[in-house]
Amino acid sequence: MKIYILWLRQIKRYLRSKSRILGSLAQPLLFLLAMGYGFGSVFQKAGQGNYVNFLAPGIIGMSIIFTSVFTGIEIIWDRQFGFLKEMMVAPMSRLNIMIGRTMGGATVATMQGVIVLLLSMLFGFHPYSFIGVLFTIPVMFLVALLFTALGTMIASLLDDMQGFQLIMNFLIMPLFFLSGALFPLEGLPKVMSIITKLDPLSYGVDAFRYLLINSSHYGIGLDITILSIITGFFLLLGGYFFKKIQI
Amino acid sequence: MDANKIIDVKNLIKKFGDFIAVDDISFSVDKGEIFAFLGPNGAGKSTTIKILTTLLTSTSGDIRINGHNPELEPDLVRRMFGIVFQDTSLDDELTAWENMEFHGVLYDVPKKLRRERIQSLMQFVELWDRKNSLVKEFSGGMKRRLEIARGLLHHPKIIFLDEPTLGLDPQTRNHMWEYLKDLNKKEGTTIFFTTHYMEEADRIADKIAVIDHGKIIASGTSSDLKKETNTETLEDAFLSLTGNVIREESASSVDHMRTNRRMWKR
Repeated sequence: MKIYILWLRQIKRYLRSKSRILGSLAQPLLFLLAMGYGFGSVFQKAGQGNYVNFLAPGIIGMSIIFTSVFTGIEIIWDRQFGFLKEMMVAPMSRLNIMIGRTMGGATVATMQGVIVLLLSMLFGFHPYSFIGVLFTIPVMFLVALLFTALGTMIASLLDDMQGFQLIMNFLIMPLFFLSGALFPLEGLPKVMSIITKLDPLSYGVDAFRYLLINSSHYGIGLDITILSIITGFFLLLGGYFFKKIQI
Repeated sequence: MDANKIIDVKNLIKKFGDFIAVDDISFSVDKGEIFAFLGPNGAGKSTTIKILTTLLTSTSGDIRINGHNPELEPDLVRRMFGIVFQDTSLDDELTAWENMEFHGVLYDVPKKLRRERIQSLMQFVELWDRKNSLVKEFSGGMKRRLEIARGLLHHPKIIFLDEPTLGLDPQTRNHMWEYLKDLNKKEGTTIFFTTHYMEEADRIADKIAVIDHGKIIASGTSSDLKKETNTETLEDAFLSLTGNVIREESASSVDHMRTNRRMWKR
């Protein structure tokens, strides 16, 4: 019940901020349209098929990573507006606060991912099968959970929003660009290939591709295993750092 | 342990690195007492309140809240007090009613009772007709009133108020204290508050403690303090105890962030 109300709070906040929903849809759509159609013919000529189809799962991954890291980092706002104190003096464990918030944030990011998926279908994306689309949703949630926990961890270590830009440019952007969201993982230079293997988002995007366009680099089994392990690890770490927050 | 002491602090010390924020203080508050905790900025008031309310852990010392140690039994202690923080701690994006509901759920107040109490408390602080407004549309005084109502929702034995009347007009301030005094008389709720308005402490508190540089330098009733310092008013007594030097309080990161937010809004 307590975890539920924390979750509900996140959902209400999300649904009320219409401008935020619209704002966070603009970027993925721009990527999908400009790159999808801009590089489409080059991609086709290289014998890789339809670039919009290839790109859409990557763009879903993009909207999820941005939204979920951001909802995690929102703890900083909660601290600034004092609401974190209200939660911290309530008779519930720090771990449950962190779980409730993370679930809420991950749900929000999943909703955002679903919206991007539906929109991309309007703009020419053809998923392989309906079942695949359905199974994508829990995988979206898993990826969202991973990055919300990461956001929580970062927020627990930061004192204020000053560091936010730094995190965006040196962590989130690289995680996105080096994930294979924009390019195929086959035939990469050695260093690049190693880097993409270290990026958790790679496995998320790869799993989306498996389920949505029936093409996968690592294989869905490996994707889900690695995502689950990292999510578990980040949740533990996030919980640990969250406990250490002093107000 | 004296059963009549609802707050009992012995030799409390809190250090942040080399800085000693609270330096070996001992004091107690009786059940049903209205207790004022006074001191200049940066004297250690808020740190002490944070330790009493489980937000910070002490470096050393023994604390009992209604006989329980807040560090060992935090959840038990958390149910016993309500708190109104110095800065607002409401969720701006939720409605007034939702803020109350959220609190009630976190404190396990059963649904039916919760709904009844939310209505009667919000009627009392005259916010019931605004129950579906988002908190961000509220004025400072309305937010304060809502926070007081919220702090009382789980019927705490103690209510902590950290500068509750800061920035409120005299009308709201009087109204608030009328209610709190009434609550104190009827329910026996212990009230622990800090303030910079000396006449407020003089008028309302049964007992006063003055803290400066992390040490309690005087305590007793208002007339005790005046007698001790040979002064006419509590304000003079306070100044005579703590000196006339203006205290610098280093801005916390939160303050920095506030400044930034203001910048962005423009």
